[in-house]
Amino acid sequence: MMRGCSSRAKLTQNQGRAVCMTNCPTLIVTVGLPARGKTYISKKLTRYLNWIGVPTREFNVGQYRRECLKIYKSFEFFRPDNEEGLKIRRQCASAALNDVRQYLTEDGGHVAVFDATNTTRERRETILQFAEQNGYKVFFVESVCEDPDVIQENIVQVKLGSPDYTNCNTEEAVEDFMKRIKCYENSYESLDEVLDRDLSYIKIMDVGQRYLVNRVLDHIQSRIVYYLMNIHITPRSIYLCRHGESELNVKGRIGGDSGLTTRGKEFANKLSQFIQDQGISDLKVWTSQMKRTIQTAEALKVPYEQWKVLNEIDAGVCEEMMYEEIQENYPLEFALRDQDKYRYRYPKGESYEDLVQRLEPVIMELERQENVLVICHQAVMRCLLAYFLDKPAEELPYLKCPLHAVLKLTPVAYGCKVESISLKVDAVNTHREKPENVEVTRMSEEALLTVPVHQ
Amino acid sequence: MIVMVGLPARGKTYISTKLTRYLNWIGVPTKMFNVGQYRRQAVKTYKNFEFFRSDNEEAMQIRKACASAALKDIATYFTKEQGQVAVFDATNTTRERRVVIMSFAKERGYKVFFVESICDDPEIIIENIKQVKFGSPDYVDRDIDEAIDDFIQRIECYKASYIPIDDDKDRKLSYIKIFDVGSRYLVNRVQDHIQSRIVYYLMNIHVTPRSIYLSRHGESELNLTGRIGGDSGLSPRGLKYAAALATFIKGQNIKDLKVWTSHMKRTVQTAEVLGVQYEQWKALNEIDAGVCEELTYEEIQEKFPTEFALRDQDKYRYRYPKGESYEDLVHRLEPVIMELERQENVLVICHQAIMRCLLAYFLDKAADELPYLRCPLHTVLKLTPVAYGCKMESCFLNIEAVNTHRDRPVNVSISRSPEEALQTLPTDI
Repeated sequence: MMRGCSSRAKLTQNQGRAVCMTNCPTLIVTVGLPARGKTYISKKLTRYLNWIGVPTREFNVGQYRRECLKIYKSFEFFRPDNEEGLKIRRQCASAALNDVRQYLTEDGGHVAVFDATNTTRERRETILQFAEQNGYKVFFVESVCEDPDVIQENIVQVKLGSPDYTNCNTEEAVEDFMKRIKCYENSYESLDEVLDRDLSYIKIMDVGQRYLVNRVLDHIQSRIVYYLMNIHITPRSIYLCRHGESELNVKGRIGGDSGLTTRGKEFANKLSQFIQDQGISDLKVWTSQMKRTIQTAEALKVPYEQWKVLNEIDAGVCEEMMYEEIQENYPLEFALRDQDKYRYRYPKGESYEDLVQRLEPVIMELERQENVLVICHQAVMRCLLAYFLDKPAEELPYLKCPLHAVLKLTPVAYGCKVESISLKVDAVNTHREKPENVEVTRMSEEALLTVPVHQ
Repeated sequence: MIVMVGLPARGKTYISTKLTRYLNWIGVPTKMFNVGQYRRQAVKTYKNFEFFRSDNEEAMQIRKACASAALKDIATYFTKEQGQVAVFDATNTTRERRVVIMSFAKERGYKVFFVESICDDPEIIIENIKQVKFGSPDYVDRDIDEAIDDFIQRIECYKASYIPIDDDKDRKLSYIKIFDVGSRYLVNRVQDHIQSRIVYYLMNIHVTPRSIYLSRHGESELNLTGRIGGDSGLSPRGLKYAAALATFIKGQNIKDLKVWTSHMKRTVQTAEVLGVQYEQWKALNEIDAGVCEELTYEEIQEKFPTEFALRDQDKYRYRYPKGESYEDLVHRLEPVIMELERQENVLVICHQAIMRCLLAYFLDKAADELPYLRCPLHTVLKLTPVAYGCKMESCFLNIEAVNTHRDRPVNVSISRSPEEALQTLPTDI
């Protein structure tokens, strides 16, 4: 739970080393042979940290190499005796580190994920020196795996589609990639319990069967370790939907704790049918503690778990009001909300930013679980969706999450496949776009321009 | 079942006690079963380390019987007392003993998670012996050097037969190995949510000496009028308290003190007077009294007499309409507790219900006591971890304030009269 950045302490130059204060930036460094999931981990971790409010960016050295080389010929580039190849690779690593420095020291980034093999102690030493000079904390994330099935699956999932192999057939690509891995094997120096005992790192073995964690220094490293220990790659799907249409929905009122309309109940029944048709093994069903999600789950006739943190955003003094009433009673607040919908907090209520904080345990548990159906609310669903689809804070409060539609999210390669399934039961639209005029001086008509139609 | 593994003086009981306290606080019924205690029951008087010699047949029988008795009690705890987690605190240093435990668990369908503590730093071990063994019933009539000597011999008795969990042979087991008091961890096969939470907790606790200071905000304007909740500023006496708090804190000479507040005016105003950096946590906001926000107790009795009675019947679980319960508070304070565990010296400036929840965690108070813990205004509680628990010092900073503590009245039935409901209203000092 990141509480917004405290002021970054000034870095003072002292004999070529910057003094590392408590809030200094963190450099996460991946370590491991190709096809061990480093980029998968880097991207997922970056997505998670950004979602919880820690500005994070990943720097993939392979991409720098593709920029530099334009065309990838074959594994020969990676041969340890290929002098020219080595030179280019070293340059790419330096260019990436340079950009890291720009991001962390000048652009206000908090965490940089340096995604490369970093398989030699020499290379890691270079990075450690770089970090020391700039006052960054270093945390290594090593992925070790010898299971040939896992490696094969990895190659099929992400390497075949890589720009490196666009013009090869599957067999050629797999064969070349295997030889590429071989190029690294001889010089691979895994993080050592004795030699590297002063470093901070986590070693992930066999896709999460086992972890070795050494010298966790601070809060962010502890959170990273917790996150990495909870994610898995077992195929599964997450279903997100809102409750069925509620009484307050049709009246155009926000919040409250009303029950379902007739159409809402119809949706619940259709949802039940849909879930059965999907034939999902061991589906967990989660709802909030509000009537409308519980009533929806009841129709499924399966056990479900209620989470208070899945409750809809608390609109404080605006609870159960129509937008027209908010404009009439709180025109200033209404405008401020349109100016910064993510951070705006209703008086005596919550902001989307608060929501993300309270939803973090839900995300963590969703990562641990396999097939789950989450029946929640508009603002809550927007937050969860933003996590899975890597949407930034400005977009999050405007993500479209209509009633009576189910989003099926299936992790694939480095991201998430989304299928939107409308269950074909009519419902009111509850989506209010950002109006053009967000000034506090605007007229009522301008404020209410984008209010969806209601009774 | 959480099964501890490790030589004596490796912190197993410390970990067991802390873990049990944490799990109970977050609502997971947990109980600790310390085999040493069973042994003390069986053997009344401890003579010396010879009892623990591996060739002492008679003692071996007794020790095995004690372990079995403990396991039997664990079974009872699970089947008859609705326990969810049992912490089996013993050395469990041989593979043979662990196999017995595993079959016991398998027969009954219990999951097993091992927690092994490995440490060879002689300084840590000596410090451990001084802190906890010296005060043990086993050494009550010895002087400290005798006790240390005997205990070291006791450890030797176990060393020869100690087989740590093997990363290869035991790869199918679920366990965490803690090396050198948390410098390094090895985690294998975490099976489920609770094990994942346990691992996260174990990886965040430390043994570095430190103190945690808990205080409420200075007296607020709404406090003066006997109203609950709201977001008012400090009264003149409240401001005086903030100044006194600043003086007190300076006098404590604390190294690297972190200061935390909620997002509400009254805690922020209190912290401002300290003149140091502080961090605001929304999770530290006072309990949301929903429809009762800013009412006096008299008004609550008048407007919501049923709700008022229901709250007195089960103050921990009762949720204000459109508000929260103490149970909800504990849930939202869990990240605060986790971060308090990670930190060293911290001053938390918060609110009455919040402080009760935090205090209950540190002092291991049960849910029915929690909402009635005394957390008066203008009083700093200093908590210092010591041995297996927490030492608490209460410092009233000599600035008068209203009393906001309402005890449970005698009559909590819905049919009670207003006088009976309002019997325990706090009166001003």
